[in-house]
Amino acid sequence: MIKRIFSAILLLGFVFVFFIIVNNIEEATALKGVGKEYAERSGNQELGAQNIVTAIIVTYRGLDTLGEVAVLFIAATGIAVLLRRKKKKIDPGKKKRESSEILLTGSTLLAPMIIIFGIYIFLNGHLTPGGGFQGGAVIASAIMLLFLADTSYKINHNVFGWLESLSGFAYVLIGILGLVMIGADNFLDNRILSLGTFGSILSAGAIPVIYTLIGLKVGTELASILDNMKGDLE
Amino acid sequence: MELQQGIFILMGLAMIIAAVLAMHVKDLISSIIAVGVVSLFASILYLLMQAPDVAMTEAAIGAGLSTLVFLYALHKTKDVEEEND
Repeated sequence: MIKRIFSAILLLGFVFVFFIIVNNIEEATALKGVGKEYAERSGNQELGAQNIVTAIIVTYRGLDTLGEVAVLFIAATGIAVLLRRKKKKIDPGKKKRESSEILLTGSTLLAPMIIIFGIYIFLNGHLTPGGGFQGGAVIASAIMLLFLADTSYKINHNVFGWLESLSGFAYVLIGILGLVMIGADNFLDNRILSLGTFGSILSAGAIPVIYTLIGLKVGTELASILDNMKGDLE
Repeated sequence: MELQQGIFILMGLAMIIAAVLAMHVKDLISSIIAVGVVSLFASILYLLMQAPDVAMTEAAIGAGLSTLVFLYALHKTKDVEEEND
């Protein structure tokens, strides 16, 4: 009984707090604060990126993106450590049913196209919506499709591990290049390469390079998370 | 504008219904699918609210990858249950 009364009071408290918050919301008609500052600076084509969101995420708030990548890396490592298990002896009598011919052919045809779409997303990150994280997630979903369709599909851990480590290393290296080449407070500055023509694929300085590295890192990391979750069950 | 608001409200309601279903359905697989549906509608809402970057992430990670991770986790826990029997 006391439990119920307590939860009812808690619920009323939440309702009260959220009512105050929702009641005081005013629809924003103009940008203000940090958002205004960043939008104006990238609106003036300071960084040469057509997609303002990308300019903010990769350059102005580049350190935050590095933090996100680090968080994902720690999560993937934690999953790998926790779920590492001894290989189970597969009972030949209990063998899984093979996937059907249509499923196998369809998925092996689709997967390369999805991977190319992911690469397209992160290469065009500075021009159109999307970027490293999105492209990486799309690439990982192609590998997810292969895992689902073909129960015996395995990824090459050596290639994935090296690709992940090297792209993470190169990402930090580009950040330090900004410090060396531009100035003391310019960690992860994209102007270490020439800005190029506004709106073309090879523009916005180092943003395409950084997003390619992030895309590769996120894609391989998410794929290895899936692989670890899958384990040696099948 | 009116039509768009109607779509927003319908999608929000669908999300709430799917979320409640996810908690109350007995079958865990249906529950996982319901969570995926919440993410899918959320990504469509993000797209309609002019945030395509977030919509892409939500669709790929929320509706795609995390659903599969949940399914694998369910599979693993079932395996342990069988071993204990």
